[in-house]
Amino acid sequence: MATIRVQEADFDVGAEFAALTAGRSDVGGIGCFVGTVRDHAAGRRITAMTLEHYPAMTSPALARIAAEAERRWALLGCTVIHRVGRLLPGENIVLVLAAAPHRQAALDATGFLIDFLKTRAPFWKKETFAETGEEAWVEAREGDDAAAARW
Amino acid sequence: MQTPDTRTLKILYFAWLRERTRVAEEEVSVPASVASVGALVDWLSERSPGHQAAFANRRTVRCAVNQDFADPATPIASGDEVAFFPPVTGG
Repeated sequence: MATIRVQEADFDVGAEFAALTAGRSDVGGIGCFVGTVRDHAAGRRITAMTLEHYPAMTSPALARIAAEAERRWALLGCTVIHRVGRLLPGENIVLVLAAAPHRQAALDATGFLIDFLKTRAPFWKKETFAETGEEAWVEAREGDDAAAARW
Repeated sequence: MQTPDTRTLKILYFAWLRERTRVAEEEVSVPASVASVGALVDWLSERSPGHQAAFANRRTVRCAVNQDFADPATPIASGDEVAFFPPVTGG
């Protein structure tokens, strides 16, 4: 069963690992991806990143992506937690965990989950630049579509 | 409000589309001839200079109808929730 959460608060990676495997011993490997806020973009320093989302669509979209990963790699469980609101450089943005009997499925499912989340889940990032205080919406990258397409 | 000749829709805007239209959410009654997402964009563009600016470059606008990704050919029905937003940038 997938755990899906969208929240302003930070997450505790260790606690999420423990929750994913609690009470079971059939897991052979857990893939983990944590996305964090960089302090620069295109050579400019940024002081904050603000994440907006479409609440009525976000959880169903994440649940669909997680269900697809669970089906394709016969996962024993997965966790997707995405933060929203104003985040500072170094802070966590997103957590993906995928538990499987064997490592390849865990690693591949983790890659699939983050690549699909980046192209199919309704989140938008806005960066605040240090020098001017100016804000700009992050543009989608074609490389992200290519990364999702390889699955 | 609604007559058989119109359909009532809930429209949502996110990120820079919200900033340009200056509304996060609005309810609109469109003529029955506005039957697809593409026709709706044409109709909404006429609402204000801000709406016009939001939809000026349609290649950069994405849409969802009732929380499912949609395209210009997707049909719309009365009561639908139609959201417009830029390509997603989460993760």
